[in-house]
Amino acid sequence: MEVLAILIPVSLFLGFLGLAAFLWTLRKGMYDDPEGDGQRILDTRYDDKPKPVERDE
Amino acid sequence: MSLATVRPSACPACEAAPAAEALAARAPQPDARLLVSVPGVHCAGCISSIEQDLARMEGVNSARLNLTLKRLSIDARAGIEPQDIIARLERLGYDAYEMDAGTISMTETQRQGRDLLMRVGVSGFAMMNIMLLSVAVWAGADGPTRDLFHLISALIAIPTVAFAGQPFFRNAWKALRAGRMDMDGPISVAIILTLFISLYESLLSGAHAYFEAVVMLIFFLLVGRYLDFRARAAARSAAQELAALEVPRAIRLEDGQESTVNVTDLAAGEVVLVRPGGRIPVDGVVLEGQSEIDRALLTGETLPVYAATGHAVSAGEVNLTGPLQVRVTAAGKDSSLHRMADLVANAESARTRYTTIAQRAAAAYAPTIPILSFAAFIVWYWISGGDLRLALNIAVASLIITCPCALGLAVPAVVTAASGKLFRKGLLIKDGSALERLAEVDTVIFDKTGTLTMGTPVPTNLDQHPAEAVSVALALAEASSHPLAQALALALRDQGATPAAVEAITEQAGYGVEGDWQGRRVRLGRAPWVGAEPHSMTAAYLAIGDTTHAFTFTDQLRPGAVEVVQALQAQGKSVRLISGDVLAAVQDLAARLGISDWQAEALPQDKAQAISDLHGQGHKVLMVGDGLNDTVALSAAHVSISPASALDAARAASDMVLLGRDLSPVAEAVRMSKTALKRIRENLWQSAIYNVIFVPIALFGFATPLWAAFVMSISSISVTLNALRLK
Repeated sequence: MEVLAILIPVSLFLGFLGLAAFLWTLRKGMYDDPEGDGQRILDTRYDDKPKPVERDE
Repeated sequence: MSLATVRPSACPACEAAPAAEALAARAPQPDARLLVSVPGVHCAGCISSIEQDLARMEGVNSARLNLTLKRLSIDARAGIEPQDIIARLERLGYDAYEMDAGTISMTETQRQGRDLLMRVGVSGFAMMNIMLLSVAVWAGADGPTRDLFHLISALIAIPTVAFAGQPFFRNAWKALRAGRMDMDGPISVAIILTLFISLYESLLSGAHAYFEAVVMLIFFLLVGRYLDFRARAAARSAAQELAALEVPRAIRLEDGQESTVNVTDLAAGEVVLVRPGGRIPVDGVVLEGQSEIDRALLTGETLPVYAATGHAVSAGEVNLTGPLQVRVTAAGKDSSLHRMADLVANAESARTRYTTIAQRAAAAYAPTIPILSFAAFIVWYWISGGDLRLALNIAVASLIITCPCALGLAVPAVVTAASGKLFRKGLLIKDGSALERLAEVDTVIFDKTGTLTMGTPVPTNLDQHPAEAVSVALALAEASSHPLAQALALALRDQGATPAAVEAITEQAGYGVEGDWQGRRVRLGRAPWVGAEPHSMTAAYLAIGDTTHAFTFTDQLRPGAVEVVQALQAQGKSVRLISGDVLAAVQDLAARLGISDWQAEALPQDKAQAISDLHGQGHKVLMVGDGLNDTVALSAAHVSISPASALDAARAASDMVLLGRDLSPVAEAVRMSKTALKRIRENLWQSAIYNVIFVPIALFGFATPLWAAFVMSISSISVTLNALRLK
């Protein structure tokens, strides 16, 4: 049962990591346009090189 | 560009926006952000063609299309007007409508949405982590291990409840102070009580702790809240922000000097100048000038009305051909526009507040939760001969199991599914209860001009005229801004006609256009002026020397108008047409659409009266209209729909907004609302059945945390799946 001393902190840490990632995506507005993001994959404009970074966001 | 000087900044509310916004850290941008609603977009091709086209446009820094909201946001230099963008989009083949980018309510809405979503996320992650520990307990961990797991669960659950449960606590507190009882009261009690009892049990190394159930309850309820919120917010913001058609400004003439003032600053007796194409800002009398006036939005008349010195005009009408000087008789609160607004307010207050099926269910259900668990506590306390801990445990178990997890999802899940489907078809639901009300409708009343028709005239007899008449008419028509002339010019150009060499063209405001062609006088305009016999239909008259020709017009049907009337009649609804337009025009349209029940020359009060008469007979009326003359009827009807091209007053008064040009989503919405209501009922029954089965288990003391978790998730998932069945 000593393994619990490691496993519980690890699971809590992973949970927090997931939560932090979720909050980050939320702040970045990644849920603002789910449908558009799905369709944008089909855009061929940036197939050769990535889209240049815009100054905002 | 003259428009740019008249209009205020593109973002009028920016100055009013609170500085406390977190965004304020960013440097103030001199560039304007424009928002345009583009209801027709649906695919990756639309995204790239629109974004690439606008990126090439002079003055546009960047453009991004949000496909979920069908909304285009543009970062542009200050000189760019939404009209420019809309014109460009229309060339690409997309209908577009301006939205007000600066409204505070939108950032507020976004903030609220993210806030709710964050609470959903926090409770979701907490739920998963607690569940990891709980599964170990359910699998048989006992003794110190179980106690340790319970305590760690408590460590996660307490801060989570404190953060994620706030919306419920806040609402419950509000209701409590107002002396009301709603769903949030019992929910808050259940959450807090269960949390405390579970903590107490864990400290005394008891067998059962309900931490995962508490957090799960919060999670599912928050999901329901979020869906509910999103359905309302998306609709509300879009409908609000479709910008006002009228700029509340006027040009005042004082000793020959022009100055732009707010309409509210005008007083009776002052003189305002109304340029051709401008909206008349006040009620008044024409002092000087001749023109024709489009009263379609006020009265529903398609034909322009002649106006000259001494004629009365009212606010909201559009001046078409010549400049007018108008002496103000009533401005602001006294104008006819404002009287209309008062009528709307009256109609709205008369419409009794509709209680939704969810509210009725909650009202019936809310008191049973505390009553049941309190009864369980008393009975078990008595049976066990004073075992407080046992009685408390059973009371808490029944509290948490009766808590309406599925009930919170039952309605929002269906409304979200239905409004999402309808939004994709081009109909925006502004009010969540509108769907329910729509399902009860048995009578549909349509307005004519701008609703069943596009409000734009189309020539009907072009092929009956000789070639020379056609080319002369084209030359003259192109010189005028009158709607009939423009429609004629457009249609003739489409036919490939070429304009004749007409010289010395001048426009006689209020009468027509004249010029010289091959030594003869040619005129295009009103019948008496050109010397022609007036036709029974709407027409523009051409005179070449002494021979006259009449170009007749009809109002173009809105796409889907025929289908929607047929579909509604097939669904067994009675369809009526009530218009402010003249008898002949209404009769003609009714015949074309197969509507037997129609009424012409109706005043706004008549429309509202017709609706309240129908309501008096026990009918439920759906009103579809767009004009100012419809607003009273729209707010008096059981449920109402207006097209996006409608005046903002009409859109504000209606429950749903048609985003595209097409009228057919109306019939679809009526059908969908019936199915949605059926699904809502099924969902409510489902969640009730779960309770009927599991509440006795809890009351008899057999419930364990595993049962609670099982019941909650299975009932929530089943109502969600049922909602997704919606076709």
